[in-house]
Amino acid sequence: MGAVALFALQGLSHLVRPPFYGRLFLRHLVEIAYFSLPVVALTAIFTGMVLALQSYTGFARFNAEGAVANVVVLSITRELGPVIAALMVAGRIGAAFAAEIGTMRVTDQIDALTTLSTNPMKYLVTPRLLAGVVALPFLVVVADVLGVMGGWLIGTTKLGFASLSYLKATMDFLQTMDVVSGLVKASVFGFVITLMGCWCGYNSKGGAQGVGAATTAAVVSSSILILALDYVLTEMFFAR
Amino acid sequence: MSGDVPKIRLRGLAKAFGEKKVLDGVDLDIRAGHGMVILGGSGSGKSVTIKCILGLIQPDAGTIEVDGRDILAMSRREREELNDRIGMLFQNGALFDSLPVWENVCFKLLAQKRITRAKARDKAAEVLAQVGLAASVGDLSPAELSGGMQKRVGLARAIAAQPDIIFFDEPTTGLDPIMGAVIDGLIVDVVKRLGATAVSITHDMASARRIGDDAAMLHKGKIVWRGPAASLGHTGNAMVDQFARGEREGPIQMELRR
Repeated sequence: MGAVALFALQGLSHLVRPPFYGRLFLRHLVEIAYFSLPVVALTAIFTGMVLALQSYTGFARFNAEGAVANVVVLSITRELGPVIAALMVAGRIGAAFAAEIGTMRVTDQIDALTTLSTNPMKYLVTPRLLAGVVALPFLVVVADVLGVMGGWLIGTTKLGFASLSYLKATMDFLQTMDVVSGLVKASVFGFVITLMGCWCGYNSKGGAQGVGAATTAAVVSSSILILALDYVLTEMFFAR
Repeated sequence: MSGDVPKIRLRGLAKAFGEKKVLDGVDLDIRAGHGMVILGGSGSGKSVTIKCILGLIQPDAGTIEVDGRDILAMSRREREELNDRIGMLFQNGALFDSLPVWENVCFKLLAQKRITRAKARDKAAEVLAQVGLAASVGDLSPAELSGGMQKRVGLARAIAAQPDIIFFDEPTTGLDPIMGAVIDGLIVDVVKRLGATAVSITHDMASARRIGDDAAMLHKGKIVWRGPAASLGHTGNAMVDQFARGEREGPIQMELRR
């Protein structure tokens, strides 16, 4: 854990020291934010739809069906939007970063960077960390909107809610802090995903098997950390 | 620099990985403007030696001097300045898959902002021509190149910033004999043109004779012989001659793991 923390500090320390690799940052930003959009969008819509159905089932048992819209929007913005988006990105990006950097490690490309007067941490790790921190909140905004829309779709087509009253209930109960807490979580998750992808790839050993192991480790460790940190952050934001 | 001071001087260089001693007091002088070939079997410590000089591995003991300066005592900035004067051709090319060939070739110049991206394509074409490749190769990705072309691009990348020390790690490994001879010819040409000091590690005796002025043999972490590369095969040292001739019987016994 100490070694990962040191690795993260090293990566962050290059944020303020030139040269800066803006082109690489933009490339990774597009890779994370743009190319993860379809998978995040689909999972968010279906999560919202399922949430509406399940909460309706539960609330119907004590005649509180009207709370469906409130529960969907709070669950999505505070919890499910950030977590679902992060888990999807961990599978896509954490694995891709670990595989790419791991392959560079086992084929001497990281050593080549050093001989070409380029700091591998600055070139490989720092732009990815920054891109992760910036991209995840964007994806979570999309997940929030689409998740709520998924709930609205089911609410209005299957559960008998009027469209406008469902949306009004959604907006009436939504507070700025609900969205902000989700976006803070998203940034932290983005950092963790890119950090674990870079760390596992950077420290991979051996050949193809080592790269495979690094990829698995990146996805598993970042997924566990996302869920663990979700609890810690929820505790911090609890009751606000 | 005075002619008496070797370009690179290693003294008592030692490195162990766990219990395994890979380098056990390597002493070696490499003359400026000459080609030194380091020979040795697999696991003899050749790659570790050059990785120590390149700063990729920290030795446990010993000194490494370049132009009379101890590079292990250098500050990070001084070390970076030294790296600016060094080129390296890796065994497998180690080209960056995510970049086209022209960007690989001019990577160091671009990283140091010594050239604009607009001018880098022309520069890459010029350097690719020096290693016998057409300018159009610059637009390909490394994955589209044959093994021989990857070596040439690796060589182009190593010389693009006009280094005065160039390292070659097994430059002919994996190539057919004719392509190996072509690569050796290119190495000799570019090293001569740049007036650089070349340090190569290889198992390939024909290659060693072609690209080396001097040779040294590393065995079990120590230099056991040094002399002219032209004499390889008839040095009078039983160990070196056995290795150079590829003979099964002799003082070097293959250690097989059972």
